[in-house]
Amino acid sequence: MAELWQLSIHEASQRLRRREISSLELTRACLARIHQIEGRVQAYLTVTEESALAQAREADGCLAAGETSPLTGIPLQIKDIICTKGIRTTCASRMLEGYTPVYNATVVARLLDRHAVVLGKGNMDEFGMGSSTENSAFHPSHNPWDTGRVPGGSSGGSAAAVAAGEALAALGSDTGGSIRQPAALCGVVGLKPTYGLVSRYGLVAFASSLDQIGPLTRSVADCALVLSAIAGHDPRDSTSLPQPPQDYSAALGRDIRGLRLGVPDEYFTSGMEEGVRQAVLAGIKALEGLGAVVQPVSLPTTKYALACYYIIAPSECSANLARYDGVKYGYSHQGAGDMWEAMEQTRGHGFGPEVKRRIMLGTYALSAGYYDAYYRKAQQVRTLIRQEFDRVFGEVDALVAPTSPVVAFPLGDKTADPVQLYLIDVCTLPVNIAGLPAMSVPCGFADGLPVGMQLIGPRLSEATLLRIAHAYQQVTQWHDKRPPI
Amino acid sequence: MPLDPAQVRHIAALARIALTDAERAVLGQQLAQILAQFEVLNQLDTTGVAPTAHAGDLGPGLSGLRDDTPSPGLTTEEVLSNAPRREGQFFRVRAVLEE
Repeated sequence: MAELWQLSIHEASQRLRRREISSLELTRACLARIHQIEGRVQAYLTVTEESALAQAREADGCLAAGETSPLTGIPLQIKDIICTKGIRTTCASRMLEGYTPVYNATVVARLLDRHAVVLGKGNMDEFGMGSSTENSAFHPSHNPWDTGRVPGGSSGGSAAAVAAGEALAALGSDTGGSIRQPAALCGVVGLKPTYGLVSRYGLVAFASSLDQIGPLTRSVADCALVLSAIAGHDPRDSTSLPQPPQDYSAALGRDIRGLRLGVPDEYFTSGMEEGVRQAVLAGIKALEGLGAVVQPVSLPTTKYALACYYIIAPSECSANLARYDGVKYGYSHQGAGDMWEAMEQTRGHGFGPEVKRRIMLGTYALSAGYYDAYYRKAQQVRTLIRQEFDRVFGEVDALVAPTSPVVAFPLGDKTADPVQLYLIDVCTLPVNIAGLPAMSVPCGFADGLPVGMQLIGPRLSEATLLRIAHAYQQVTQWHDKRPPI
Repeated sequence: MPLDPAQVRHIAALARIALTDAERAVLGQQLAQILAQFEVLNQLDTTGVAPTAHAGDLGPGLSGLRDDTPSPGLTTEEVLSNAPRREGQFFRVRAVLEE
């Protein structure tokens, strides 16, 4: 019989509602699992044991009263870039080491309204900048499939926790692949919603034209449950789309016969590992076996996405992170000097190397004399990338591609050369540039390490993507494989 | 070729980040390396292409602005609760104006 921490949200919710188990038992099982393996995985920056147990007791009260949602009593982890009232929110940065929000992000409020249980805050690359969690100012996280390897990033602590059973699901954020890439490397499901579908009120801003919050779960059915809880219009986010809440589980179970799936050749890059290619191609075959019509498509601007992204994201980051001045909150340098010196020292000491690199890069790209050559040019290329996706979605319903060209790599392997690490995001960045929804689904293993298949759709096609991915998980067992830890 | 050290200092000053000599040297190298990657964009003719500021165009007639209706916000105590230095109801800052 499965341990409680191994249950999917779907199974756990059914057993909670039948009162076969209590949320307190389930929460305690997850906390025990955290105590057992956290020394090796280090997926959390903060574990909120006491408040989690209190929330579980309250959830049990709701379950007893019959007031339930599918997330009532379900223990989850929240990436440490999402504000949690009364729980420190660090963004894995020295800058916010002592910062305790006085309000909840809308997504957190929505989970708590449904009486979900918050186990703690997930480790990440500092401010979401990185693909391995090695840019966390506190410690890296470890891949549960091989603790000598990275879990991916930036939501690496979230993916590792879900894969290892330290939470039933997690909320991450994705600016250039930060949900999908760690999901792929840890063998879990990760979804980046359409830009504007999920409120970002209370998400610490990195690059505002790209950031989105989304779920990391073990199954597609669980992903639909979490997305249903967090999606929908929020008057507190001016980029929030006027979408009413929707039950994404309703679309699951319909077959995918006749759906047209495009395979973009440009996503099978030259630097791709052969094992990854084989696993993704096998995944595409399985979708064909389910009746989908697969055809090659071409997205020639893909090769410009990396440069486009690394102009736009650092530019926005340099503006967003200007708020860390040591006055209102966060780290504040205490040495002598005037206001400007204090501010420069605060930022020099408070930010880690990758954050400084990106702020410098963005400041350069936006500075007098370079704006047109870099920032404006990148925004024009962004238009071309969007138009190309629009054209392709006139021919196909969704795209199938790898999520990451490589499997989880050893810790320390790619820290020396930032450009090498940026290249890893080549399959995920175009999606954020165009504001599209995409998800990563486990599709096999290469050298014993998980591989993710990426599904990309037109704006607001989450229901279709979930339907395709769910159909896939009905005929494959990759998502049931658990790391040996 | 790394960025000119004077240029690295200029950018750091604009970004208000104190850097050590070692950091400036590394960043001069790395920024030049990254900027070289951006050259690829010059292969694309973008004459007459409108720039996209962000991907969330809400559609015709739709605006992200809501009605300006007063509602309770954070209290002064809440707003000041994370302040590194405060004085009464205020954030305390270093002198802004020279004597």
